Amino acid sequence: MVVGIVGYGTYIPKMRIKVEEIANVWGKDAARVSEGLGIKEKAVGAIDEDSATIAVEAARRAVKSAKISAKDINAIFVGSESKPYAVKPTATIVGAAINSSPHFTAADFEFACKAGTAAIQSCMGMASSNMIKYGLAIGADTAQGRPNDALEFSAGSGGAAFIIGKENLIAEIEGTYSFTTDTPDFWRRQHANYPKHGGRFTAEPAYFKHVMAGAKGMMERMGTSAKDYDYFVPHQPNGKFPVRVAKMLGFEHSKIVPGLITPFIGNTYSGSSIIGLSSVLDVAKPGERVLVVSYGSGAGSDAFSIKITKEISEKGRRQEVAVFDQIKEKHYVNYAVYAKHRRKLKED
Amino acid sequence: MKNAIPLIWRRIPERYALMGTVCENCKTEYFPKRMFCAKCRRKGRVVEKQMPDEGKIFSFSEVHVAPTGHESEAPYFLAIIELKNGVRLMSQIVDSEKEKIKFGSPVKMMFRKITEDDHDGTIAYGYKFKVV
Repeated sequence: MVVGIVGYGTYIPKMRIKVEEIANVWGKDAARVSEGLGIKEKAVGAIDEDSATIAVEAARRAVKSAKISAKDINAIFVGSESKPYAVKPTATIVGAAINSSPHFTAADFEFACKAGTAAIQSCMGMASSNMIKYGLAIGADTAQGRPNDALEFSAGSGGAAFIIGKENLIAEIEGTYSFTTDTPDFWRRQHANYPKHGGRFTAEPAYFKHVMAGAKGMMERMGTSAKDYDYFVPHQPNGKFPVRVAKMLGFEHSKIVPGLITPFIGNTYSGSSIIGLSSVLDVAKPGERVLVVSYGSGAGSDAFSIKITKEISEKGRRQEVAVFDQIKEKHYVNYAVYAKHRRKLKED
Repeated sequence: MKNAIPLIWRRIPERYALMGTVCENCKTEYFPKRMFCAKCRRKGRVVEKQMPDEGKIFSFSEVHVAPTGHESEAPYFLAIIELKNGVRLMSQIVDSEKEKIKFGSPVKMMFRKITEDDHDGTIAYGYKFKVV
């Protein structure tokens, strides 16, 4: 079974707010908060952006990088926890916006920050069994954080999209493995505006347990170890956890740097680990290997062992504007403007 | 302001994917789509065609007093965009510094929310443009 990534695309909104600005509003020690989270600033979706518009922008870039016709996409899955509609799929909006044919199956996925990787796995299965020619898997969020909650300093906006198929691969997905348990570390109840979390409980029994198990399980099944990978991309709820988990698994720090994006755009929830993967695809060379481990609260991890093919070096197969170039294209806003754009101000 | 569902639904190909028409007889392109060629009249053969997603600013204006539903966005720029095939359309300009919005500035299509009903209503999406 050879299946993998045919094309990829990322979209990061242009607005940024500094952690320092948020900390000042709430009377917190800005340097301490920024240092504690390992985040300098986060990306903020504009008032006319939501997870659907982000998904569409990422999808258009992915189709371009794949060099395929959108008419050959037979499955579209969008992972998000900030859907514009509670009931009405985002995937159909994406299909129409990339001018696909109506001959595709579609659904929206939700699994906290790992819905995008669950979408990739679904497309892998369908492509491998020849149910579809190409599948489009997206993770996109305008992540919510309650004012003055720890999440407000990290919850960012952004997304990534992947065309999954069996031909013209820029990266082969050698294997995937998931580790899932019922762990209530972070949740949002129906009709609630903001998610809640278990504070310190989100670390050891949640993030670290699942990412470690996902990474170890994947490497066991592949017969590999940390030294066999050139890049390691774990989920990035903040700038500290991924650095620590990489160390615990024996990855050198240099292997996580190319995919470590949360310090600059915040935690984009469903987009987080896969924007990291996109950033690696922007620079990886043929033959190099990548271990990606997502994490979704609730809780589970999807791990992928990925090998870059020589096709990535062909003209136009990497996305047009690299992740770190998108990170550089920014303009800063203050807390009041951020609150307006993220609709934190009550209008009635 | 209420979105009329049939109206926003009918305009999805136009607003999402810049779908217009072309007369295969005289090659004239139309956006929004026209099913009848004004030049060739009954000799025209009109078919659907996707418009290019890049162009330049032909003219622009800064809006300070926005219409209902767009008050939170003001001030913003509205521009007449000339697409690469010469077709012109009107669009909001987003994500662009004020000093870069000039006659002839190159622009690229973006996908954004256009209008939305109250918190429980429909959302109309479509094209806006940014200076590149």
